[in-house]
Amino acid sequence: MTQLINWFSQVLAVSLFNFRSLPMRAGSSAAAAVGIAGVVAVLVGFLSIAEGFRKAVISSGADDIALVLRSGADSEMSSGLDRDDVRVIADAPGVARQLDGPLASAELFVIIDLPKRSTHTSANVPLRGVEKAAISVRGNLKVIQGRAFEPGKNEVMVGAGAARAFSGLDLGRKIRVGQNDWDVVGIFTAGGGLAESEIWTDAAVLQPAYNRGSSFQSVYAKLSSAGAFTAFKDSLTADPRLKVKVLRQSEYLAEQSTSVTGFIRSIGVFIAALMALGALFGALNTMYSAVSARTREIATLRALGFGAGPVVVSVMFESLGLALMGGAFGAVGAYFAFNGFQASTMNWQTFSQVAFAFTVTPSLLINAIVWAAIIGLLGGLFPAMRAARLPIAAALRET
Amino acid sequence: MSQSNEILVRVRDADKVFRRGSEEIHVLSGLNLEVPKGEFLALMGPSGSGKSTLLNLIGGLDRATRGTVEIGGERIDSMSDRQLAGWRARHIGLVFQFYNLLPVLTAERNVELPLLLTHLSKGERRQHVEAALKVVNLSHRARHYPRTLSGGEQQRTGIARAIVTDPTLLLCDEPTGDLDRKSGDEILSLLQALNREQGKTIIMVTHDPHASARATRTVHLDKGQLVTEPAP
Amino acid sequence: MKFLPLVWCNLKRKKLRTSLTILSILVAFLLFGFLCALKQSLTVGVSMAGADRLIARHKISLIMLLPESYKARMQRIPGVAAAVHQTWFGGIYQDPKNFFASMPVEPAEFRAMFPEFVLPDEQVKAWETKRNGGIVGRVTAERFGWKIGDRIPIRSPIWQRAGGNDGWEFDLVGIFDGAKKGTDLSQFFFRYDYFDEARARGKGQVGWYTVRIENPENAAEIARTIDAEFANSPYETKTEPEGAFAQGFAQQVGDIGKMLIAILSAVFFTILLVAGNTMAQAVRERTEELGVLKAMGFTNELVLALVLAESMVITAAGGLAGLGLAWLVAANGSPAPSILPVFYLPPRDVLIGVGLVGALGLVAGLLPAVQAMRLQIAVALRRQG
Repeated sequence: MTQLINWFSQVLAVSLFNFRSLPMRAGSSAAAAVGIAGVVAVLVGFLSIAEGFRKAVISSGADDIALVLRSGADSEMSSGLDRDDVRVIADAPGVARQLDGPLASAELFVIIDLPKRSTHTSANVPLRGVEKAAISVRGNLKVIQGRAFEPGKNEVMVGAGAARAFSGLDLGRKIRVGQNDWDVVGIFTAGGGLAESEIWTDAAVLQPAYNRGSSFQSVYAKLSSAGAFTAFKDSLTADPRLKVKVLRQSEYLAEQSTSVTGFIRSIGVFIAALMALGALFGALNTMYSAVSARTREIATLRALGFGAGPVVVSVMFESLGLALMGGAFGAVGAYFAFNGFQASTMNWQTFSQVAFAFTVTPSLLINAIVWAAIIGLLGGLFPAMRAARLPIAAALRET
Repeated sequence: MSQSNEILVRVRDADKVFRRGSEEIHVLSGLNLEVPKGEFLALMGPSGSGKSTLLNLIGGLDRATRGTVEIGGERIDSMSDRQLAGWRARHIGLVFQFYNLLPVLTAERNVELPLLLTHLSKGERRQHVEAALKVVNLSHRARHYPRTLSGGEQQRTGIARAIVTDPTLLLCDEPTGDLDRKSGDEILSLLQALNREQGKTIIMVTHDPHASARATRTVHLDKGQLVTEPAP
Repeated sequence: MKFLPLVWCNLKRKKLRTSLTILSILVAFLLFGFLCALKQSLTVGVSMAGADRLIARHKISLIMLLPESYKARMQRIPGVAAAVHQTWFGGIYQDPKNFFASMPVEPAEFRAMFPEFVLPDEQVKAWETKRNGGIVGRVTAERFGWKIGDRIPIRSPIWQRAGGNDGWEFDLVGIFDGAKKGTDLSQFFFRYDYFDEARARGKGQVGWYTVRIENPENAAEIARTIDAEFANSPYETKTEPEGAFAQGFAQQVGDIGKMLIAILSAVFFTILLVAGNTMAQAVRERTEELGVLKAMGFTNELVLALVLAESMVITAAGGLAGLGLAWLVAANGSPAPSILPVFYLPPRDVLIGVGLVGALGLVAGLLPAVQAMRLQIAVALRRQG
């Protein structure tokens, strides 16, 4: 026990000694810390894009909402259902009902060209035609400005994300679809979900505008409970009149986000890994020169009877301290630089734009700090070992 | 060779003032010194007396605040930095207390360094290096790095580097200051031989009477002024 | 030249530090190369676009179809040399992850319009005779190990055959290469006549047109003429130069591309900062030695040059190796072939990289070199004594 205490007091003494000489090595220490701050900021930046995109796409996905597509379709965009299919689906078991009928909405999903506010270049903005049950089916839709569109009229309401990202989607403005002008009468939120990137209108008005006759692309159905999904799905897939596939909304959305988030994450991790390597070299250099600048001091301490262990640990401490300082700096910087940054990009599965905000989550920050700590430990380990192995007599003579 | 009466080094009314904050430190004040060609002069004095500063002025390593420095008839105090560098390369050989060899170069490469500033070919440079190492009796250690040489050997390498260009003037700053008595004696004998046999003019700063005894003349500095200067 | 050994010996002084510095610069330039390839990949359509080609699509959105009969009407417009159509097929081979673009086209006209796709003569003939024949770019063929003569099953989430069957089969009759670097070799083309006959709905409708014009200077005017020709019909068009169309498409990915570039630039400069600092430190440690050299008669300019040379050697070693490695990585193919079908490091960016290597060597070395140059000999020597 006394040995342990002695050991710790040695570590403390050597570490204090090291930290006191830190200002003399301020330049190179700062450069190493900045390098690590850079790694952390980049990692956080990339992951916050992936996280924000994922959140925008999947966060509103519910287990008790089912999505029905034509079998073989990979997204609403490529799906197609006719009026008869829709009726069969709405009457299937498991669909929640209200006084005026089943909670099911047959929908159209198309895109419309609108300019981005940021670049004024045209972008594929998703335009969704819905039936009147749609809002009750979703459950999380809230009109925050203006009002909902009126069925049968050339009116649209706009998701808050789309309103921010694309020109012309302001309350009271008109957007042009083919030969007709449609009024923007409302702006809505949908719990941060994908619907906020969309423009909504009455399906019956959208069908002729896009030459869709009486066909739809998907049916959204609110189920009586999440558990009713299997019965609902089985009854539809077993029905000889239909060729459909049935998904939970949550599953569908998760699938929709994989391509883009996977891409961003893999590129992000690849780049952060390379960068971590660069920062590691920087940290190693800094710590090696820290050790070599103090060769004489370290040897003096060793000659006075300090053990090799405390010397190693103290060097590691310093390196870890620098790394964590840099890491914290990078994480805080990244939080302020990236969190909430509004952007939009294309969702490859539907060719349509998703508006989202970069999202820095606590777990993401922890993740980044862990990287910093690993760099710090590795960057300190080898120089520390060199310090411990210094031949005392020779090092004492060193100038 | 005997001494001629030709004056090689002429320092006139040299002042050197350093500033430390608001304080002015007069390291040299109104100093006059003449060194004839072929002399082996020892400069002695307590530390802080200005002897190293005087040596730096003569070697063109530093500039006087006031006064003139004339070497071999040339006013070096009015030369530009660039002219001065070229002048040093031709005329001055320097020997340092701590040898100041480049640790990354072997002994022969260290000796070769000043020759890089001349127009000599590679073969000629090698000949000069070999000759210089022979003079200091270190041919057998030519390929060694400084850290594997003893202090005496390092200083002999330093002397070989100083004489390899056959300079007009050899300036030595405490050349034995870091050596034991035996090695120090060897170095002093070497300098003495260079002076006697090759007629090299040598100015040596030292605080060791044992070293100054080898010189042909000794002057003492104190508080930036010569205490005695017996007629040459 | 005779000073080179001196530079070299100084580099060897701390082998570990020199290697670590070289490695971190290597990493920086590897990243730089990767960034350039990525940027090229996101904007390749723009640089590869033909100046004499226009794209005409449905005015409301790209996903809406146009009548096949527009081809003849477009070709009658003065200044138009040819018009060909393509239709998005969205084909899936085995798994949606294996995405590549697939389109039905009319072979002869298509090849005349896009000479950048190079197909051997006998394969051209085979495609003309085989109705369900398809051709694919070298990249996708190699990705899935396809050989000529293979029967390729492809599912389309958009187009069913009569009877609601979404499974299609094509005989691979040709593998095309690119006439120039940057050509998209991931695409799969098959015959429109076969497609139109077999599809269950939408017969006579196509996705978009590529129009070749006789004089690129008239591009804007002809685009307006085409759009006017079809105005006030149920199928209005929006026509723009191929480059503008590609630009627009790249902008759709837009924000992310820009973000990537911003972040990577930050990375690059961070690493450079670290490396530059190390080099500066290496010089500071040698103050006395530099003082000795100057005392010996090395001029200020020579000392400056020696220090700069050292920093140039370090950056050149790391930077050129990094660029070379990036080139190798890029030559090895796209890291995400579905999203980035074209992935290579353009020679222009390699040149920029080499320029940056030189600039970095100068900048990293300049400060310490100037310090070394300004060094007062007497002061430098006194540090030790």
